[in-house]
Amino acid sequence: MINSMDGAPEGALSSLKTGIYSRLPMLGILLLCLLLSVPVLTILTSITSSSDGVWQHLYETVLGDYVTHSLTLLVGVGLAVLVLGIGPAWLVTMTRFPGSRVLEWALVLPLAMPAYIIAYTYTGMLDIGGPLQVWIRETFDVRFGDYWFPNVRSLAGAVAMLSLVLYPYVYLLSRTAFLEQSVCVLEVSRTLGASPWQAFIRVAMPLARPAIIAGLSLVLMETLADYGTVQYFGVSAFTTGIFRTWFGLGSLTAAAQLAAVLLIFILFLVMIEHWSRQKARYHHTSNKYSRLPQIPLTGWKRAAAMVYCMLPVLLGFLIPFIQLSLWAVDTWHLVDKDSFFTLFVNSLELASVTAIIALVLGVFITYSKRLRPTLPLRGVVRVMGLGYAIPGTVIAVGVLIPFAWFDNTLDAWMREHFDIATGLLLSGTLIAVVFAYLVRFLPVALNTLDAGLGKIKPTMDDVGRSMGLSPLQILRRVHVPLLQGSLLTASLLVFVDVLKELPATLILRPFNFNTLAIRTYELANQERLAEASSSALMIVLAGIIPVIILSKSISRSRPGHDSST
Amino acid sequence: MLRKFTLTLLAVCCTPYCVPALADEVNIYSARQENLIKPILDIFTERTGVTVNLVTGSADELIQRLTLEGDNSPADMLIAEDVGRLYRAKEAGVLQAVESAAINDIIPAQYRDSEGYWYGLTLRSRVIIYDKARVNPADLSTYADLADPKWDNKICVRSSGNIYNQSLVASMISRNGVEATEAWATGLVANFGRAPQGGDREQISAVAAGQCDLAISNTYYFGGMLKSTNEAERKAAEAVAVFFPDQNGNGAHMNISGAGVTKAAKNRDAAVQLMEFLAGEEAQAWYAEVNNEFPVRADVPASELLQSWGTFKADNLALEELGIHNAEAVRLMDRAGWQ
Repeated sequence: MINSMDGAPEGALSSLKTGIYSRLPMLGILLLCLLLSVPVLTILTSITSSSDGVWQHLYETVLGDYVTHSLTLLVGVGLAVLVLGIGPAWLVTMTRFPGSRVLEWALVLPLAMPAYIIAYTYTGMLDIGGPLQVWIRETFDVRFGDYWFPNVRSLAGAVAMLSLVLYPYVYLLSRTAFLEQSVCVLEVSRTLGASPWQAFIRVAMPLARPAIIAGLSLVLMETLADYGTVQYFGVSAFTTGIFRTWFGLGSLTAAAQLAAVLLIFILFLVMIEHWSRQKARYHHTSNKYSRLPQIPLTGWKRAAAMVYCMLPVLLGFLIPFIQLSLWAVDTWHLVDKDSFFTLFVNSLELASVTAIIALVLGVFITYSKRLRPTLPLRGVVRVMGLGYAIPGTVIAVGVLIPFAWFDNTLDAWMREHFDIATGLLLSGTLIAVVFAYLVRFLPVALNTLDAGLGKIKPTMDDVGRSMGLSPLQILRRVHVPLLQGSLLTASLLVFVDVLKELPATLILRPFNFNTLAIRTYELANQERLAEASSSALMIVLAGIIPVIILSKSISRSRPGHDSST
Repeated sequence: MLRKFTLTLLAVCCTPYCVPALADEVNIYSARQENLIKPILDIFTERTGVTVNLVTGSADELIQRLTLEGDNSPADMLIAEDVGRLYRAKEAGVLQAVESAAINDIIPAQYRDSEGYWYGLTLRSRVIIYDKARVNPADLSTYADLADPKWDNKICVRSSGNIYNQSLVASMISRNGVEATEAWATGLVANFGRAPQGGDREQISAVAAGQCDLAISNTYYFGGMLKSTNEAERKAAEAVAVFFPDQNGNGAHMNISGAGVTKAAKNRDAAVQLMEFLAGEEAQAWYAEVNNEFPVRADVPASELLQSWGTFKADNLALEELGIHNAEAVRLMDRAGWQ
């Protein structure tokens, strides 16, 4: 523990590394990272262009709303996911109560539910023309306004929807941290007179901080990037503002600048977090093999724990899932079933291809950063990490611009020198689509892998080196086995994210190529929610399996934790 | 090693990952969604042997893609909902002029671009939907009247980010100028029964539920609700009725969905052929009815449902005007506080 809080072994390790490690692969990684940062950089550089007084107009009219609404969303969702994520993670890990075994994995299920779909579903149920309000009006013979009913389509509604589907990030990562914590630390705190509650607040939570922060930052970035929900609810936030400025005011420059402001704000948050963490390191010292003590709960505590842990699953998954199923049964005869299989395969194919690539790239990038954390590499990785906070459509344009430029330049050059027209080689292909996914979702993999790798003590590398292993061998024989949990988490998170992704797919995809998300969106966009439900349900179903695997594997990540009781 | 890499690259590029450029095909970027267009395209393919490839998406994004792809864009035709988007496409320089006597004879002049860059294919009107029990249609008259304080807290309409609202405001700017329109928009916003939210169907539901007395909606949404499989939606639609405004003045505000041939079109002839097919009698009947719209040609009757709303006077403003005033309309709505 004492050892784990200082950075002493770093210096010796890096001096050993410098001499041996060839520079070429590092350069390759750096270039790759640069390539993947191009869309983000394209947006950031827009800051310097002029936008013909659009800002003046924005400032005078709507900018204030964008800023306050987006901040409210951030704070609201941030607080809600902490409450929904950390508490249940602690309870299912450290205590036992009826259903805790099922909830362990069920708490992750809302991850399979895209935010726009849960928004459609709750609106359909709770809106003024929805079954619940119609029933109230008919049963009590009242008119709208004679009774109180919360408005789903509101800022508060958007906070609720986003929190319900995003809290699993915090849950997953903090649960992993709790499972990996050392029993000794907790026991020491108890012998020093701390109650279980104090041990949680003063020892376990601070130690899980990097994991919680990693989960929270994913949630906040996703919140800022969300367009579907806020647009549907008519909340004027930063993302809706970007689109309005881009299309309504016809200024791509001003829109990109809005996005850039968003990015700089996030960069600022990330720096504050790093600065406040300063030199603290969070390596684990004791092994994971001593069994975590699970306290059986009784009486009101048991009931309270059950309600607390069941609520997020119920609201974030079960209720919308049942509603979608009911609609799907209702409208099944209208659904174009022939194309369903193709849509399903397309979605799965894109998700798995991207997940595999993201995993491989993620491992190499984080490992290079560990081996040689040079300033350029760290800088580029930081910039690349911002991709997750950018709305998919903006990423798509950030991808289209360089790809189209490349294609057209190559085409012109080939025509001039060889009289061959190459046309568009990359634009309008799935390569562009997958590239956009990587720009957007690689940060998820990086975050997860970084957190995992950070927990492995640098002395492990030193031992490997002293035994004559090359860096690649160390990666393969030491890190990858130790990282198994993080590797699985990273790839499955990317998989599920791609499955749910809509805007970038929509704008970049080739001819005659559709996914489940696109089919859902098209029908929902025609305001035919019920008919959209079967494809929405398919997305959820396709996402459930990886989500359950993920959850199970995390439980197993602590040997000795699972098998009993 | 290098050869293997090249081969792999080729293999990747020759699968569906790349777009094949074959003859006898039309490539469409369509903002009209798959289920509302694919069936009629299939019939076209059946008749002519011309393959049709389709990418759907939102019009603005497709226009952006066309712009960035430039002369190498594979798209031959752009289909958009709302004239505002077609105008933007023309302005962005991604369309080309088409002179087809066959089409010009059929489609009334106000529903196509004066230079032939785009053509309307279906018609819709933006109308007032009122609650049959609480509103006497005799109290309804014009769009201008919606800003009258007598409708205080009674009007439901979606956000100003929506192009149909932008086009409605643009038409008023075209007729009455910016100042008068801004005063009108400010008055209208003061009459909102709730903050703008949801789509047109939600506005109609809100009227049926009693949150508002009036909604502003496109006709096809109302038609879609009347024919909905969802009983609650059908009931809501049956509690309200359509009112076509400005019948003693300029007529009800009209808009189109339409198409244009792209500047980069490699299959220009096939694209024009498809456009002529879509303007043809058979296609018009299906194309309009599938989305509860009015055919753009007067000699093809609207569906029975639409006919049951009665005949009405349509505004004959050249729709180009809506595009010209779009950006001003957006700014004006921002100033008026229309969310």
